Amino acid sequence: MPIQCEEAGRVLTVSVSGEVDHHAARALMTELGQRVDAALPGRLELDLGGVTFMDSSGIAVVLRTWKRMSQLGGSMTLRCVPPQAAKVLKAAGVDKLVAWNE
Amino acid sequence: MKPVNEAKLTFLSRSANEGFARTAAACFAAQLDPTLDEINDIKTAVSEAVTNCIVHAYPEALGLVTLRLRLFEDNTLEILVKDSGVGIPDVEKARKPLYTTGGDDRSGMGFTIMESFMDRLKVRSVPGKGTTVTMRRRISRRLQA
Repeated sequence: MPIQCEEAGRVLTVSVSGEVDHHAARALMTELGQRVDAALPGRLELDLGGVTFMDSSGIAVVLRTWKRMSQLGGSMTLRCVPPQAAKVLKAAGVDKLVAWNE
Repeated sequence: MKPVNEAKLTFLSRSANEGFARTAAACFAAQLDPTLDEINDIKTAVSEAVTNCIVHAYPEALGLVTLRLRLFEDNTLEILVKDSGVGIPDVEKARKPLYTTGGDDRSGMGFTIMESFMDRLKVRSVPGKGTTVTMRRRISRRLQA
């Protein structure tokens, strides 16, 4: 699961691409957690523009990362969510919890 | 009602097969000329059902998962996902949103997504014998150009 990170001041931008299913989710969750804990950002921008498929495994990835950012006293924004992933995340009400930038 | 076309695949409950199963279902459904949204809904629902087999039906070992796809004359696609795993003791409870026995890397939204992305969802399970999930989705007929 390829992820790319960019740090600008206290903002960490993580771009995820590929298919986020159960097969890929655990490695993605671990890597996201490590990047966040290493950078300790004030804000995390999670860019899903390159995600070609997401199922409910992605809901857990997003919510766990959001919880970690809350524990760190920071915020998190979802960016460039493709329509298919948006439908899945919205089915779980993720858009009501996490800041969402279309 | 007799199906006009049918395909059946059996594969091991390895997580690498999640992508295989949903792509195979999407390819089979392509003959109904679905929209991209319809194809995505089918892929998502199949992914959820197959993931359940891999995570819950066979928690300790590998087992076989069967995916059966059938097409009916009224443009309905029927998707059946069957395992011979541990079964679900309380199906009603398992279908509730956010309910999971899978730990904090699972969202508990699998059945909710299958239910909302498909027209019909039926879950039959016998503890110790296995689970069969049957989903139906009618594909819209588009006007020929």
